[in-house]
Amino acid sequence: MLPDTTQAPAAHHGPLAHHFDDMAQQNDAATFGMWVFLVTEVLFFGGLFCAYSIYRAWYPDAFAAASHSLDITLGAVNTAALITSSLTMALAVHASQTGNRRLLMIFLVATMLLGMVFLGIKAVEYAEKFTEHHVPGPSFHFEDEALSAHAQIFFSLYFVMTGLHALHMIIGLGIMTWMLVWAWNGTITTEYSSPIEISGLYWHFVDIVWIFLFPLLYLLGRHA
Amino acid sequence: MSTDHIVPTRVYYLIFAALMVGTAITVGVAFVDLGPFNAVVALTIAVLKATLVVLFFMHVRYSTRLTWAVVMGSVFWLAILLALTFSDYLTRSWRTYG
Repeated sequence: MLPDTTQAPAAHHGPLAHHFDDMAQQNDAATFGMWVFLVTEVLFFGGLFCAYSIYRAWYPDAFAAASHSLDITLGAVNTAALITSSLTMALAVHASQTGNRRLLMIFLVATMLLGMVFLGIKAVEYAEKFTEHHVPGPSFHFEDEALSAHAQIFFSLYFVMTGLHALHMIIGLGIMTWMLVWAWNGTITTEYSSPIEISGLYWHFVDIVWIFLFPLLYLLGRHA
Repeated sequence: MSTDHIVPTRVYYLIFAALMVGTAITVGVAFVDLGPFNAVVALTIAVLKATLVVLFFMHVRYSTRLTWAVVMGSVFWLAILLALTFSDYLTRSWRTYG
C-alpha cells in the first residue's frame, strides 16, 4: 500500500530529521556514514604506510639509524596519553547514553586535555628535529654521512605521517569543542547521543593510526 | 541494534588495561634483538590493539551487520593496496639494495 500523501507531514519533532522513520534508523545511518568516511581514511593513511614499508625494505640500515634518533620515551608517553584519551572518549559516550550531562562534559574536557598533551609533546619533538637538522631540506644533516640520503626519506615520511596525524588530532579537538557546546546547551540527550558516538568513532580511529605509527617510526632498529 | 546497546564501563576499563599492557610489551620487545621477528611482533601487537579498539571502544562488536561489512571492506581494500604494491616493489630483484 502506498503511504497516504494527502496527510500533512508530521511537524518537525525534536532531533529526528524528517527523512528518517525513527531515531534508531537515524542513529544507524549516522554510524554507517561515519564508518564509510573512516574507510576512506584507512586507505588515505594506508597509502603512506605502504610507501613507508617499501622504503624501509629498500633501505633498512638508514631507516634503523634514523628511527634510533627519535625519543622513545616521548613516543611512549604520547601513546599512553592517546590510549587514555580513547578511554575518556568511550566513557563520554557512556555518559551521553545514560544521560549524565555533567560527566559527559567532564570526559569531553578530559579527552581534549589529553589530546593537547599529545600535541604539546609532538611540538617539543618537532622542535628537537629542527635543532638536530633532521628536517628534510637544504639544511638536512645526518650524523652518518653514508646513510644521509636515505635517512632523509625516513624523516620525510616521519613528518608527513605524524604531521597528518597531528592535523587529524587538531580537527578532533575542534569536533570535541563542538560536542562540548552541544552537551552544555542540552542538544545532546539520551535519545540524541549519536553525535557523541560518531565523534568518538573518529577520535578512536586517530588513536588507531598512532598505534601503528608508534612502533613503526620509534621502535624499529631500537635493539641494534 | 548498534545504538541501543550501552556497553558497561567495566568493559572500557578492561580494554584500556589491555591496551596499556600491549604498549608496554611492544616497547619492551623492541629492545630485544629478534632479527626480522621484531617487526612481526610489533605489528602483531599493533593489530591486536587496533582490533580491541575497533571491537569495543568503537562498538563494532555490538554493531549492525552493515557496519561489520564496512569495517571488513576497509581491511579488504587496504589488503589489495598493500598486496598489489608490494608484489611489484618488493620483487624487483634486479634492483641494487642498500
